[in-house]
Amino acid sequence: MDPVVALDHVNKRFGDFVAVHEAHFTIGRGEFFSMLGPSGCGKTTTLRMIAGFEQPDGGRILLEGQDVSRTPPYRRNVNTVFQHYALFPHMSVRDNVAFGPRSKKVPEPEVQKRVTELLEVIRLAHLGGRKPGQLSGGQQQRVALARALVNYPSALLLDEPLGALDLKLRQAMQIELKRIQREVNITFIYVTHDQEEALTMSDRIAVMNEGRVEQIGTPQEIYHAPTTVFVAGFIGVANLLSAKIVGVMGERAVAEVAGQRVETLAPAWTAGAGAEATLMVRPERLRLAEAGPGVRARLETAVFQGPVIRAILRAADGAEVVAHVGAEAQHVALTPGQEYVLSWEAEAARLLQPSKAPHILDRSDRPTIEMAGQR
Amino acid sequence: MTPGHRQPGQRRWTGWMLDAYAALVLLYLFLPIFVIVAYSFNKPLGKFNFVWKSFSFDAWRDPFVFPALVEAMKMSLKVAAVSTSVSLVFGTLIALALTRYTWKGAGPVNLLLVLPLTTPEVVLGSSLLALFLTMNAPTGFWTIVIAHIMFSVSYVALTVKARIRGFDWTLEEAAMDLGATPLRTITHVTLPLIAPGIAAAGMLSFALSLDDFIITLFNAGSDVTYPLYVYGARRAAFPPQINVLATAILVSSLLLLGATVLWQNRSLKQALVKE
Repeated sequence: MDPVVALDHVNKRFGDFVAVHEAHFTIGRGEFFSMLGPSGCGKTTTLRMIAGFEQPDGGRILLEGQDVSRTPPYRRNVNTVFQHYALFPHMSVRDNVAFGPRSKKVPEPEVQKRVTELLEVIRLAHLGGRKPGQLSGGQQQRVALARALVNYPSALLLDEPLGALDLKLRQAMQIELKRIQREVNITFIYVTHDQEEALTMSDRIAVMNEGRVEQIGTPQEIYHAPTTVFVAGFIGVANLLSAKIVGVMGERAVAEVAGQRVETLAPAWTAGAGAEATLMVRPERLRLAEAGPGVRARLETAVFQGPVIRAILRAADGAEVVAHVGAEAQHVALTPGQEYVLSWEAEAARLLQPSKAPHILDRSDRPTIEMAGQR
Repeated sequence: MTPGHRQPGQRRWTGWMLDAYAALVLLYLFLPIFVIVAYSFNKPLGKFNFVWKSFSFDAWRDPFVFPALVEAMKMSLKVAAVSTSVSLVFGTLIALALTRYTWKGAGPVNLLLVLPLTTPEVVLGSSLLALFLTMNAPTGFWTIVIAHIMFSVSYVALTVKARIRGFDWTLEEAAMDLGATPLRTITHVTLPLIAPGIAAAGMLSFALSLDDFIITLFNAGSDVTYPLYVYGARRAAFPPQINVLATAILVSSLLLLGATVLWQNRSLKQALVKE
């Protein structure tokens, strides 16, 4: 991978508050890289440090191999799309887009050529004479994008750029953003708290929590192979059950869940027999049967949701379990109050280091997360 | 003033009372100005333009017949121009510092800004004079200018501050992000956007300087501004030319005000539509 941006043990504090702790990763050329996490997790601060609006207290930020940690924003070859666009209200669309190259003293004919080219890319060539106030939200969004791309930056930084748009426009813009990224082939560094957005567009995602990067990986890795309880709970719906490791053998492990021995993948951290663990299994990987080996759980409710039936069960140890029963398994009659047996393929279950309050991270009641979970 | 839930034409008598009251207040405010304008068209009997005699354009035809009056008016305009220019620079910078950044000195500076507005002018004028005398500074044009800058800076800073409270500072970040140096950011983004506020502050400062009497009286030395001339004239002679010049200033400031309002409405619309 040809790194464009590299963070080298970057730290940032605001007073006593640790905003970013030991951020250490690289972002490759042409990559669509997302930083995902709840508000206050440090993703925007990290982005602002790459842009040059904040300076790291420790560590270095490298851009194209050069240390830019102390370089002011106007001398860094990165550009930002701001959350509320920050278009200059007193300039026309063309002048907004031309502002960057004019600041960099690009000759005027070249400026005009580039502006025309970028307005073509965002498909707003016919509105070049308008003022930002005369554009719709989605159009302003695209002008902000063109204005940030016109300098041909090494990386484009996007700070929740779709946050101010309504759902339908947001989904259209996600596809549009991805198209533009492929067309201009520039590294995009995208900050969002919306996991669906991150999963849809990213080549890789860094999931952040409380100033720390919890995991970096492709959307598939993040979803199927989370390495921490936080990541498992933040992305999609996850059943997080307390377990005790019985034994580890190579790639596989045996754990005890609600009094039953189950087979799983080996733990993601070094842990031997007897260690406490959190077992993570996605609802769509659970099989429901009336009898057989597995974890016994009583059905509380079953809701028909079209593609799946969402079954909420309670295991013998009191833990809530959500199972998505697909069409191929709907021959099993689901009667609330009755006891069923839950089982899964060994590679569908992962043992994670237990967090102190896993119940907070169980977002199974949030419908927006569920849409991504069924992907 | 018509209550929305009533039928048209059905107005309570209190509504009429309110209209009449509002009209009386406006009359009270504007009657003196009407008198000044009207008396610029008077042809007084003697040297004093205090009693209406007959309508005439004489004074308007020859506004500059009294050299001392013209000199005083020139002096006033010069003082106002210099003090306003200086106050605009300092006042705007103070306003930017107070709204843009959080710093320890902001509280005391805010207090100091209000002080010249709340202190009686007699106190300001006399203490300034005491200062100039201790320093052996000759009183005249420059001491008037310094005195006017002193209070104008406060008015400018407070006016600009109020106008830029809602300014979107990410615009500055956006400019620098796109490669603009801090200087280019100020000249191409910040200043054009806060210009209406600065213009309003400038008009206020100019008017206050033109108008000031008490502080000027203390620090004028032998120089005479327009208000000082008018005050002195009330004993010897009060020609209608005084009213003519006052009316001319009134009309030009009204025109300027109208233009500013139009311009501000336009830029305000541009700035707000996106919200």
